[in-house]
Amino acid sequence: MRYAMAMDTKKCVGCGDCVVACQTENNVPLGYARDWIVEKVEGTYPSLNLELRSERCNHCENTPCVRTCPTGASHVIEGGIVKVTHDECIGCGACIQACPYEARYFHPDGYVDKCTFCDHRTSKGQDTACVAVCPTHSLTFGDLDDENSPISKLLRNRKWKTLAPEAGTKPNVYFLI
Amino acid sequence: MKEELIISGRNIPNIDPVLHIWHWQIPLYLFLGGLAAGLLFFASYFYIRGRGNELKTSVQIAPAFAPFFIIIGLLALLLDLKHQLYFWRLYTTFRIESPMSWGAWTLGVVLPLSFIWPLTYLKEMKKYFSKNFTFMYPIVSWVDTFIKSIKPLEKLIKWFTKHRYGLAWVVIVISVILGVYTGILLSAFNARPLWNTSILGPLFLTSGLSTGAALIMWSSKSVKERIIFSRIDILLVAVELFFIVHLFMGFLASGAVQIESAQLFLGGEFTAIFWIGVVGIGLVLPLILETMELFGFHVPISIPALLILIGGLIFRFVMVDAGQVTRYLY
Repeated sequence: MRYAMAMDTKKCVGCGDCVVACQTENNVPLGYARDWIVEKVEGTYPSLNLELRSERCNHCENTPCVRTCPTGASHVIEGGIVKVTHDECIGCGACIQACPYEARYFHPDGYVDKCTFCDHRTSKGQDTACVAVCPTHSLTFGDLDDENSPISKLLRNRKWKTLAPEAGTKPNVYFLI
Repeated sequence: MKEELIISGRNIPNIDPVLHIWHWQIPLYLFLGGLAAGLLFFASYFYIRGRGNELKTSVQIAPAFAPFFIIIGLLALLLDLKHQLYFWRLYTTFRIESPMSWGAWTLGVVLPLSFIWPLTYLKEMKKYFSKNFTFMYPIVSWVDTFIKSIKPLEKLIKWFTKHRYGLAWVVIVISVILGVYTGILLSAFNARPLWNTSILGPLFLTSGLSTGAALIMWSSKSVKERIIFSRIDILLVAVELFFIVHLFMGFLASGAVQIESAQLFLGGEFTAIFWIGVVGIGLVLPLILETMELFGFHVPISIPALLILIGGLIFRFVMVDAGQVTRYLY
């Protein structure tokens, strides 16, 4: 099992439904978010290029956040999902500093919180909340070890990139371009 | 021509726009930890070299500052935690890959040792404080009576006094680990390019040792000891300046994110505070004053000592603040 997500930048319209779905599903407190939209406009007028990305924790294969955690609260579970055990977290902030994607934040209750790839849903075979609501089907969640899974097929057939690969984290969220 | 016009989007009110999760507590701790490491290093080093009775302040008196610095540092670290009641989780596990776990355990060992070292010198301290800084005398004699009233504690201190040579070797090793750790804590973060350089460990160690030497020099009454520590300080400050040049050479010869983080100090928002506050006031000026002193001009020793201490403190604030501004670009 190697969970991953593919995000189609050509299909995304930047509606922000994934953000709201995540906040609702995971009881994310007001003013915080586990996923977010980035808009990037490049080029010189009039030939402009707009890229929309729905970003979240990359559930990296090489996890600086887990390595730096002094208590073992940050850990990797089955399928490569990076999680935080709330009552083992001391709130030192080391993992927040260690993440090149700034995907982690302090929950108002003191512990560090982040995207969990909705493991409470995906372990039952359901899609993550963000994937389930995406109106343009730009998000695909799946298992990279299964070569017939929709995500494996997408990554075989489309051009893709990952964010800041030079950080050496081997991210598992792929952006189709 | 490719021009990037707009990057917008992520605007999470309570998280963005800047990552600034480490405030004054971390740099204050890094400073106090380095200072305590410096004091303990010189105490054990000169004891091992057999100069304990000659360099009284550094071996017998000044290390008494160390436990207080470490305790204040630890309190600052505790204040920094967002989930404070769970701090004990640090001591129910050991994570070999986590610098912070190493630091927590190092502090757990350093703290008792920093108490034990000065306690083995209580007799000498009583004698010293009966002549100098007499306001300290009642405190020291109270500690002495307190230790004597608890038999097992008195026995333990006696045992350590007898085996002081072995203790000194343990202290010298652990003080170097403590001094290097203050830098390694930052350098282990790949995601913060300004910190992610291996020179930070030696640089913070050198800076910690020089602040320790400055404090010893300042509190010493003996001219000979002052001259020795003044020379040590000159050497350490020179090494530190060399490391700083090295740091920037490394950044400018590296990737885009490192070059950008160096720009913060070469024209960016931290330029003035770094080159005037840290390099000018904290390193070059005391270096000039101490060299003048060695050539016979009279400069009150407290001035270069204080400048080095202030410079060391500003240096840590600048590094922690600036590091959190730097990030990967994508």
